[in-house]
Amino acid sequence: MAQQLSVFLENAPGRLNRLANCLGEQEINMHALFVADTSDFGVARIICDRTEDAVKALREEGFSVTTTDVVAVEIPDTPGALGTLFTAIADAGIDISYSYCLVEPVTKKAVNFCRLKCPNAEEVIEAAGFRVLGDSVFHGM
Amino acid sequence: MSHQYNPSVESMPAAQLQALQQDQLRQLVPHLYQAVPVYKHKFDQAGIDPFALQSLADLAQLPFTTKDDLRAAYPYAMFSAPTRDIVRVHASSGTTGSISVVGYTTKDIANWAECVARAIVAAGGTADDFLHVAYGYGLFTGGLGLHYGAELMGACVIPISGGNTKRQIQFLRDLMSTGGLACTPSYALLLAEEAAAQGVDLAALPLRFGIFGAEPWSENMRSQIEAQLGIDAYDIYGLSEIMGPGVAFECQAKDGLHINEDQFYVEVVDRETGECVQDGQYGELVFTTLAKQGSALLRYNTHDISRIVPGVCSCGRTHKRIERITGRSDDMIIVRGVNVYPSQIEQVLLGFTDRLAPQYQVVLTREAAMDAMEVRVELSPNFDFDEISALERLSIEVRTAIASVLSVSVKLSIVEPYSIARTEGKAVRLVDRRTAE
Repeated sequence: MAQQLSVFLENAPGRLNRLANCLGEQEINMHALFVADTSDFGVARIICDRTEDAVKALREEGFSVTTTDVVAVEIPDTPGALGTLFTAIADAGIDISYSYCLVEPVTKKAVNFCRLKCPNAEEVIEAAGFRVLGDSVFHGM
Repeated sequence: MSHQYNPSVESMPAAQLQALQQDQLRQLVPHLYQAVPVYKHKFDQAGIDPFALQSLADLAQLPFTTKDDLRAAYPYAMFSAPTRDIVRVHASSGTTGSISVVGYTTKDIANWAECVARAIVAAGGTADDFLHVAYGYGLFTGGLGLHYGAELMGACVIPISGGNTKRQIQFLRDLMSTGGLACTPSYALLLAEEAAAQGVDLAALPLRFGIFGAEPWSENMRSQIEAQLGIDAYDIYGLSEIMGPGVAFECQAKDGLHINEDQFYVEVVDRETGECVQDGQYGELVFTTLAKQGSALLRYNTHDISRIVPGVCSCGRTHKRIERITGRSDDMIIVRGVNVYPSQIEQVLLGFTDRLAPQYQVVLTREAAMDAMEVRVELSPNFDFDEISALERLSIEVRTAIASVLSVSVKLSIVEPYSIARTEGKAVRLVDRRTAE
């Protein structure tokens, strides 16, 4: 499982700006950012290199932050790769709450992050032939 | 007669209490007619003979004294004692308008201290206790009111006043071996929040009781305060026009506030007709100050909405009880023709403390000649909001609950924790931008 930061955001100008600058000032490197929004509020989900430091810094800035475990799966950055992964998840009868990707253009590899409603999702996905990444992969990146 | 400062008065037989009130009133009415031109004018206009007043029931014939009367009399025209006998003035906080000034004689200050001493003892305070008074000291009656009452019953006052919340936590932690806290209920919650931020567990301190007033609060807010501070929380009622805090107070039964009836005569009147209602019916509280010298008032209409709690209190006191104040009828807002009290919204929001923080603000605007009401409430720092659906579910539940209580739909904005400005005195719960636009 990879540790993801979830940050509550009011739908107001300057909120993402403050979030990004707060992490930047602490020299924290974001690998992936995914903002889900409604008309009234948003939630920013972040994968970064120093999760604990990020939680502390953001809380000191007054942000509401929680951490969530998400499944990180390595896939090739090629057409159809994501479809194959989602088919395997769907075939196992697992619900996806949300999902987003990180792409490395040079190596042509991608990582898909998803929150799954299933305690042994990682085993199921590995059994389907995918490489599941642990949290440590994203630290020091 | 446990927890009574002055049992012979507080538990006086009802008939004796009534006779006392009648005697005081028979002296007060002619005195005010002669001493205060405003009253002479009122009586003459209404064709009432102040010397003919016989019983308490006759009082209902007299006209009300209003906030406007006090404002028009600014600063001293309604004082009922010579200014050389006045030893102190206080002024109203002017929640809804301009200032009114009230004067106190030496005897008034002593009587007031007695009222507050009764409230502190009723909350469980003893001469061995400390009382941390975080009400503002000054023209506002909160600080000095609690101060003199605590000294009279023998507690040790910590006159810290409002403000400097960090230092408040330090004093609560270091100075108080045992005792109580007095401030506004919203400030009590702010203190709990600040303590948590400093890693101080208020519930683990020897603080036993709190006396909270100067703004309406709900039963849910009481539970919040009691849980977060680890204390018993008691309501105290008063307003500077009548005296200050201590006009009425809660006892251990927490079932209504006993009016200090040996000093104040209460009537509950219909909002529309001004007629007295039956005991138990809701209406506006009207007070006559029976013992005051400096600024005595006849039938002052507070516009505070409450009712007389029926029955006899288990604590043994004979003095009548009023229910906690629902709101002040001039705090009442009319949104698209529907009457709304901010306290009703608070009651709803405090039912969601698993997900919302007890901090909110109501913002009124006018869009295309239509009133719009926005309720801004903070997300609880402990709520796991990662799934948008959990936030949306919360938003729908809260909107539905508010709509069912108010019969009017609202825009709900769930905002970030700690984003609504905190105050050290009365909380700013209502922002009305309708007139400014």
